[in-house]
Amino acid sequence: MAAIDVELRNVTKEFPARGKDGLVRAVDHVSLQIYEGEFFALLGPSGCGKTTTLRMIAGFEDTSSGEILIRGRAVQNVPPFHRPVNTVFQDYALFPHMTVQKNVMFGLEMEGVPRIEAERRAEEALHLVRLPDIGARKPRQLSGGQQQRVALARALVKQPAVLLLDEPLGALDLKLRQAMQYELKAMQKSLGITFIFVTHDQEEAMTMADRIAVMDQGKVLQVGTPEDIYESPTSKFVADFIGETNFMQAEVAEANGEYAAVKLNETTFIKAVTGGQALTSGQKVTVALRPEKINLFPVKGLVEYEEGSTETAEEYQQSLMRVPNMNLIRGRVRQAVYIGTDTRYVLHIPGDQEVVARVQNFGLRSDTYFEDGQEVNMYWNAENARVLLQ
Amino acid sequence: MASITRRRPGPKQSGFMLALPAILWLTLFFLLPVVIVFVVSFLSRGRGGAGELPFTLANYERVWDVFRPIIIDSVWVAFVTTVICLLVGYPLAFFISTRKDPRMRSFALFMIILPFWTNFLVRTYALQTILGREGIVNTVLLNLQLLSEPAQLLNTPEAVILGLVYGYLPFMVLPIYASVERFDFRFVEAAHDLGANDIRAFLRVVLPLTLPGVIAGFILVFIPTIGAFVTPDLLGGTRGIMIGNLIQQQFRGSGNQPLGSALSVVLMAMVMIALLVYIRFGDKER
Ligand SMILES: Nc1ncnc2c1ncn2[C@@H]1O[C@H](COP(=O)(O)OP(=O)(O)OP(=O)(O)O)[C@@H](O)[C@H]1O
Ligand SMILES: [Mg+2]
Repeated sequence: MAAIDVELRNVTKEFPARGKDGLVRAVDHVSLQIYEGEFFALLGPSGCGKTTTLRMIAGFEDTSSGEILIRGRAVQNVPPFHRPVNTVFQDYALFPHMTVQKNVMFGLEMEGVPRIEAERRAEEALHLVRLPDIGARKPRQLSGGQQQRVALARALVKQPAVLLLDEPLGALDLKLRQAMQYELKAMQKSLGITFIFVTHDQEEAMTMADRIAVMDQGKVLQVGTPEDIYESPTSKFVADFIGETNFMQAEVAEANGEYAAVKLNETTFIKAVTGGQALTSGQKVTVALRPEKINLFPVKGLVEYEEGSTETAEEYQQSLMRVPNMNLIRGRVRQAVYIGTDTRYVLHIPGDQEVVARVQNFGLRSDTYFEDGQEVNMYWNAENARVLLQ
Repeated sequence: MASITRRRPGPKQSGFMLALPAILWLTLFFLLPVVIVFVVSFLSRGRGGAGELPFTLANYERVWDVFRPIIIDSVWVAFVTTVICLLVGYPLAFFISTRKDPRMRSFALFMIILPFWTNFLVRTYALQTILGREGIVNTVLLNLQLLSEPAQLLNTPEAVILGLVYGYLPFMVLPIYASVERFDFRFVEAAHDLGANDIRAFLRVVLPLTLPGVIAGFILVFIPTIGAFVTPDLLGGTRGIMIGNLIQQQFRGSGNQPLGSALSVVLMAMVMIALLVYIRFGDKER
């Protein structure tokens, strides 16, 4: 395992509440280990404490309790200008009275790098962010995207151990943002610098990060790879925040080991992953299931395989039921919306609840299309459904 | 046909009409007096100190030969006053504008402006009393036995500087306050982030970005203090005389109006230089 670059141990930050007595807990007992060379994203809704966490790592805020270590060294008493980290600020904070070149050279001057060398390295950094030839301009003469790159160059030129980025793409339009996501990612990989990237955009985090920490109300709810977070959320909040999810209300019928049998109503049972949680029969739980994991086929008529052979719906149902851990239930289409690459169905299912299914459109629309009010068979692998308690 | 070709008054004309009173006012009471003073400064002294022909450069020669030391002293006193105002005013303005509580800021600003509620002359007389031989400063120092006899505080250039600093400090504090208030402290964080300690962050980022306020304050203090005559008159005595006092003397009773005018022109020239410096360096960033 790679070395740990940044470690947070039980870090809590409390601010005096505005306008009244008491404290606001912006960051609540957060522990994180961020590895060398990793692209780490802090993801969460507005006000969840991402910026505060980043500012404590940078040294702009003290911790109320807990410890922060950078490269194994506790940094509580190290001022920002002596920490081996640099920040790309949300609105860039380029010095308006200095040219772009002076901005980029500023950090090197503070280190006492000789002028000639500083100029050369500033030029290289501007080259790296693909902005040569603008060194003589003032920040206000640049577009938002260019300013963003200059801010990046200004931080990278210091060759920090860790680069902190606070929603650096937030101010850019969608196209530019997407382009920059891939560019940043590529740059991070080639430089090998640890990036800690704050965003409230789950797609951005999924696209760029090696690992993601999902935060809510000052707490870290889950840390994992994008795949972990998406496929195996451990809480309703994470499941809901990342992508679209169905939450089905159910009651535990039997829990043994990896899977639990839960019932949607008196006659409909499905299996779902327990994730090691202790469950007792009769317990009310939520089962999370991604819309794209649900497959549909007709109740009557023929089912067509991809290679062209056909089977009756009844035969197909029989073969599915022989597959271990396959969930199969009946539902009724409430709404069907064709949205290009797939069709989005709202289905009424046992337990008087609704779920959403997204079915990819392979062939012609008519092949896979179900009408409003039509009864359909729904199936999914139990490993895609998770029992969530919190 | 004139009624057809005549243009209706557009925005331009009405703008001029709106500005007309101000233009008349300035022409009558500013431009015209300046021209008069300029012309008179080249006249000879006539009866009762008024100007009369022929034209001469004698006034300027006299200014140069006789009054040069006082002019230099005046510039020096104004400069020292302005620098002291800056050294006191910048930290003060900085402190006030960085208070979190807006009520605290308003209160502090109010305290800065409060002295204006009392007439300047009255305040200067008060200082005269405080600094006098039997004033409160001497009394306290004598009672504490730090002095054996009263010190000469009044009628010194230092007393003039004290009075001017006291009078003009708000003119330094207010513009600096305004620019520090506008200053975005995230730039300091950015500077810290890039390795600058507090001092370097201040010198490289805070000071340059609040410089317009500093320069405005510099001008607002320097210009009135270089021409001051009340304060040197009341606190400076003969040793604290400034160019303003000279000008006043030339116009009082049977003085020498052409000489006073020449002194005024020299004073105006020095003020112009200060203003040119301001125009050149003052508002560059905005
Ligand atoms: N200086 C402060 N004083 C008081 N409360 C603060 C301060 N800074 C942050 N907070 C509070 O702490 C909480 C977390 O704020 P933070 O800025 O870290 O959120 P965030 O996750 O970065 O949100 P966003 O996505 O909106 O930037 C918020 O409730 C905020 O109001
Ligand atoms: Mg934030």
